[in-house]
Amino acid sequence: MRRAALALAGVGLVLALALCTAPLNAAEITELKDAPGRDLTVGRCIICHSVEYIPSNAPAMNRGAWQKSIQKMKDKFGAPITDEEARKILDYLDANYSGKSG
Amino acid sequence: MLTRREALLGAAGFFAARAGAQPPGSAGASGGNEVLAALPGKKPLIQRAFRPPNFETPLADLAPLYTDNSLFFVRYHLPNIPRVDAASWRLEVGGPSAQRTLALSLRELKSNFERVSLVAVQQCSGNRRGLFSPRVPGVQWANGAMGNARWTGVRLRDVLRKAGVAADALEVVFNGADTPLLPGTPDFVKSLPIERALDENTLIAFEMNGQPLPHWNGAPARLVVPGWTGTYWVKHLTEIRVQPAAFDGFWMKSAYRIPTGAFATARFVSQETPETTPITEMVVNSLITSPAPAKRLPRGAPAHLAGKAWDAGAGIAAVEVSLDGRQSWREAKLGREVGRFAWREFELPLDTSGSGRLEIAVRARSRNGAIQPDKLTPNPSGYHDNIVQTVSVEVA
Repeated sequence: MRRAALALAGVGLVLALALCTAPLNAAEITELKDAPGRDLTVGRCIICHSVEYIPSNAPAMNRGAWQKSIQKMKDKFGAPITDEEARKILDYLDANYSGKSG
Repeated sequence: MLTRREALLGAAGFFAARAGAQPPGSAGASGGNEVLAALPGKKPLIQRAFRPPNFETPLADLAPLYTDNSLFFVRYHLPNIPRVDAASWRLEVGGPSAQRTLALSLRELKSNFERVSLVAVQQCSGNRRGLFSPRVPGVQWANGAMGNARWTGVRLRDVLRKAGVAADALEVVFNGADTPLLPGTPDFVKSLPIERALDENTLIAFEMNGQPLPHWNGAPARLVVPGWTGTYWVKHLTEIRVQPAAFDGFWMKSAYRIPTGAFATARFVSQETPETTPITEMVVNSLITSPAPAKRLPRGAPAHLAGKAWDAGAGIAAVEVSLDGRQSWREAKLGREVGRFAWREFELPLDTSGSGRLEIAVRARSRNGAIQPDKLTPNPSGYHDNIVQTVSVEVA
């Protein structure tokens, strides 16, 4: 009973949070694989876009393609990512979302 | 079971569920677990990205001749998408090759120019990118980044003539109300060759299927460029500039480009380089809407093949169907033509008297002689996938 009440309170809190944030924020909860560099990656990417792109693009990506993608975000889209952060993000994406065969 | 995200989407007033259906030809290429989610005012669509919103129409919802406004795909590049107030909205028309500057209210746009309607397919340049082999990066669309609608508005050329087009006009540049978040991100601005801008079929539309444009499809007014891919159909239009030089923004110079000479589509000479050129017209194509992939057809029960075929405006001459591994082809019955830029429905009864696997291949032929090919033309952004589609069903 107590557990149910807590669960209900939890649901209520989630509801309240969800209702007072803009709907567009709701999808940014997409979970990426828990590995070193995840928080940095999520933190930089979600400034401009939700992170579904990362798992959905994985089959098209390898280290070179991720490198190119990060560079494009920095150079063409003005993403505030330092060179050191870019290296960490590249390592994370390559280790967890490089699915391109060959 | 709902994932946490789905629960949150639901709690935030969105409907979310798992989509089970796979599009034809996908062979799982776009991933099995597709999320259906509804943007405010929209019915559930396949969510490719939430921000900027990129949602595609489920295959079953592409079956009607006109795609419902609430089911029409949504495609954005930038995260800041204001809800434009129609009463205070103004469309500015000017530029170095315009003789006057106009600032039109929606009322002026509607009452000062002849109102015209046409039916046209709108298809995202990247539709079917997720089916490309080998895979290419970008929004991993399956078949639903497209739809067919009746667009009502005024001719762009009437508006341009009111502003006065100078003899040196080369391109017309279009900007919408959506904006980037970071100062370094290029605003989504597109251009058309002056000839295409002055074509009688290029519209500034404020209605879609007899209703005001939905917010997510460009309210209060958007560009409609029949025959050309969706990238030119600028939403929430705010500014039109006529200029004597090629527009050099990122979305023309670096994005939405194909290898020069790779496709037999209209040229965009002022933007062309020896290596690449902007994507322009759609290529002849078709979509099987029924039977759904992997569907089981009861033996002996009536069944039929149905779908849509379209091109860039020459019109569809025939849709051919093969049931024997592309050895022989027969013509499907075409539905009525509602406009040369619209898609054309096709249908063919299927023989279900014997049990076993039925492999159905479909190819459309344009009145200009172009026919859907068997092989993809490789290009880095995964555009123009118009290879012959197949669907495989079990009769039992």
